[in-house]
Amino acid sequence: MRHVISILMENESGALSRVAGLFSARGYNIESLTVAPTDDATLSRMTIVTNGTERVVEQITKQLNKLVSVAKLTDLTEVPFIEREIMLVKVRAVDAGREEIKRLCDIFRGKILDVTDASYVVELTGDDHKLRAFLDTVGGDNVIEVARSGATGIARGDKSLKV
Amino acid sequence: MQRLLSTGTYHRCSTPIGLLYFDEEFKVELSGGELLMEALKEEGVELVFGYPGGAVLHIYDALYQQNSVKHILVRHEQSATHAADGYARATGKPGVVLVTSGPGATNAVTGIATAFMDSIPMVVISGQVQSRFIGSDAFQEVDCVGITRPCVKHNFLVESLETMADTIKQAFHVATTGRPGPVVIDIPKDFTTPGVTVPFEYPKTVEMRSYSPPTQGHPGQIRKAVDLILSAKQPVIYSGGGVVLGNASEQLRAFTRELGYPITQTLMGLGAYPASDKQNIGMLGMHGTYEANIAMHECDVLIAIGARFDDRVTGEIDSFCPNAKIVHIDIDPASISKNVTVDVPIVGDVGMVLTAMLEQIKASEKRADPADIASWWSRINEWQSDKCLDYQLDDKLIKPQAVVEALWRETKGDAYITSDVGQHQMWAAQYYGFDNPNRWINSGGLGTMGFGLPAAIGVALAKPDATVACITGEASIQMCIQELSTCLQYSTPVKIICLNNRYMGMVRQWQEFAYEKRYSHSYMDALPDFIKLTEAYGHVGMNIENPNDVEGALAEAFAMKDRLVFMNFVTDQSENVYPMIEAGKGHHEMRLNPARELA
Repeated sequence: MRHVISILMENESGALSRVAGLFSARGYNIESLTVAPTDDATLSRMTIVTNGTERVVEQITKQLNKLVSVAKLTDLTEVPFIEREIMLVKVRAVDAGREEIKRLCDIFRGKILDVTDASYVVELTGDDHKLRAFLDTVGGDNVIEVARSGATGIARGDKSLKV
Repeated sequence: MQRLLSTGTYHRCSTPIGLLYFDEEFKVELSGGELLMEALKEEGVELVFGYPGGAVLHIYDALYQQNSVKHILVRHEQSATHAADGYARATGKPGVVLVTSGPGATNAVTGIATAFMDSIPMVVISGQVQSRFIGSDAFQEVDCVGITRPCVKHNFLVESLETMADTIKQAFHVATTGRPGPVVIDIPKDFTTPGVTVPFEYPKTVEMRSYSPPTQGHPGQIRKAVDLILSAKQPVIYSGGGVVLGNASEQLRAFTRELGYPITQTLMGLGAYPASDKQNIGMLGMHGTYEANIAMHECDVLIAIGARFDDRVTGEIDSFCPNAKIVHIDIDPASISKNVTVDVPIVGDVGMVLTAMLEQIKASEKRADPADIASWWSRINEWQSDKCLDYQLDDKLIKPQAVVEALWRETKGDAYITSDVGQHQMWAAQYYGFDNPNRWINSGGLGTMGFGLPAAIGVALAKPDATVACITGEASIQMCIQELSTCLQYSTPVKIICLNNRYMGMVRQWQEFAYEKRYSHSYMDALPDFIKLTEAYGHVGMNIENPNDVEGALAEAFAMKDRLVFMNFVTDQSENVYPMIEAGKGHHEMRLNPARELA
C-alpha cells in the first residue's frame, strides 16, 4: 500500500543522505521524496512517498525514527490529509490542438506559463491521480517533457507535526 | 546558575541538534587538539587506540603534551577499532579510537561495522583534510561521514572549532545511551591547528531534541506480559546481548530464578545467566543445543529479553516457535517485530523492565501450574539426556572441543575469552561455560575474522589483573597477526589458543555438507611456522600435537603470567561443529554429531 510519511529533521549537511541511504540500504521503495526547510530554519521537512506491506512500512517508520537527526515523524496516510504536487509539463500545441490544450488547462485548473508557436508549458498542482489524469488526457504523443516535484502533504484539522 | 552560553551569551551548535548548557564563564583558551584531549579527560577516557597520520598530527602533538589520556599504538587501524571494542565489551565503557583521514578512516570501517552490528559503545575520532580542501580530492581525503554512515549509530563532521566541544559531548552521549553503538567524529585538520584557540568549558549536560532513548517500559504492556508469562505451560526465556549491554545480568538472574523457567541464551548473551546453573539449557540457534532448539520449537510462551531474532538464532522463520505467544523486551523499537511478529512488545531498558516485571510477579498470587512446569522440565531433561555436545576423543588427534574444555579447567571458567570467527568461535561458545557477563567477547553480528587478537589487547589493558585468552584458528589469526607487535610494546600477556586444523574450518564444513566436499579455497596452504613467527615478535610459542600434552601445555603457558604465549594446537581436520541447523531449516531439524552415537 502507498504511504505518505512526513518527517521533521535537523537541517544539517548530510541529513538527506541519511534518509536516502536508509532506504537503499534496507531495500525500501521510494516513490518520491521532497525536502525543504520549514519556518524554523533549523528544521527540514521531508515528505516521502513509499510502497510496502504494513509490516515493511512499520519498519520504515521505526528505522526513520531511529535516525538521530529525525525529530518527529508522522504517517499521513493514517489520518485525513492533503497531498499536493506541482508538475510542469511541456506539451505540443499546434493548430486546433492549441485551443483544446487551453481548455484542458482550465478544466484541470492549470496555468500556461510559456507559449511558443508549437508548444505550451503548463503548471499543474494536485495529487498524483490528478497529474496523471491530465497527462493521460493530453495524450502521450502530445507530451514533450514532464517535470514533477514529488508530493508534499499536511494533515487536515488540528493535528500538526511540530517539535 | 545555569544559562545558555557559548560565544557571547547564547550559542546554538552549527549542526543544530541541541542546546548545551554551561555553568560558568569561560576559562582556558585551547586549540582544537588540546580541546579534544580535555574533552576525553572529561569523559573519563583512560585509553585511546590509534595510529597517527597527516590529518591528525596536531592532535597527536596535543596528545604528546598531556598525561591523562594514554594512547595505545596499534599496527593497523582495523585493530584500533577491535581493541577499543574489546575494551568496551569487557568494561561497559565506550572504546575510543583515533585515526587519520583517508586510509586511516577506511581501515577503521571493518571495526566500526563490527561494533555497530553488536551495538558496542565506541567513539571514533578521524582526522579529515583541511575544511577548505574538502571535496577537492586532496591527499588522503575520503568522505568519512559518507563511508561510515550506514555502519554507525550517528556521525558528525565537526563544522568549526567553536562547536567541537558540543559535538564531542553529543557523540559520547549518543554512543553510550539507548541501544549503544559506534559514533564517528570527523575533524578537519585546520580546526586543530596549534595556537588557534577558543575559550573552553566542557558542557555538563546534553539535550538533543531529536534523540531521546526510551527507559521505562509501558506499564500496560508489562502487565499484559506478566499475565501471559504466569499462564504459561511450556515457557522459554530467550535472552540476548542486550542484557549484557544493559548491565542487567542480576535482574535477569532474579527474574529467571523467581519463575523457575528454562533459559536459553544467544551467542551474544552468554554469561548473563550462569552456564553452570540448572535452569540454563544452553545456547540456541544454528549451533545451539538440541534441548534449547527443541524447547524453542515446542514452547507456548517465549520471553525474549534484549535479543533481536537474528537469522542465525531463528533458523527458517516460517517454522520459528510455531506454537508460541511471544513477549519481546528491547530498548530499540525497530527491533520489535522486525523479523518475527511478537504478541507483547515492551520497549525499554531491559534492567528496568525486568525489575518492574519481577515486582509484579512477586506481588501477584497467580502462578503457572507447577504440574505443567514440572512436566515441561521433564521433557527438557529428556532432550538433555541426548547429550548433544558429546564428541569422541581420539588417541592420536587433538579434538578442538577438548582443548576448550581443558582451557576452562585451567582458567577455572573465569577468564576473559575473545574469539575470531568460525568453528573455533562456536566451540568456544559451546564448551567454555560462561558464568559471568562481559567475559565472552566475539564478533557475533558481523562475523569479523581478525577480531580476536586486537580485542584481547583491549581486554588485557582494561583488566590488567585478569586472565585473557584468545581462541582462534590459523586462518583468522593471520588477519591481524601484526598486533603481536602491539602486544610486546604494551606487555599484554594474552594467551592465544590457536585451533589449527589447516582449514577455514567453517567454510570447509559448509562445503562438506552443501557442496559435496568440493573444498574450494578453504585449505590454508603454506602456513607460516607460528612458533618462529611468535618468537620473531618477541613472545613465546608452543606447538601441541599430542592429545596427552594439552593439559600440561596449558598449565605451562598460563604459568607464564607476564608473557604472551601462542599455543598452536594441531587439531583433527575432520571435526565439525554440531548440532547444526542448516540454511532453510527450522529448530526441530538439527543435524547432530554422528560420532555422538558411537561414544
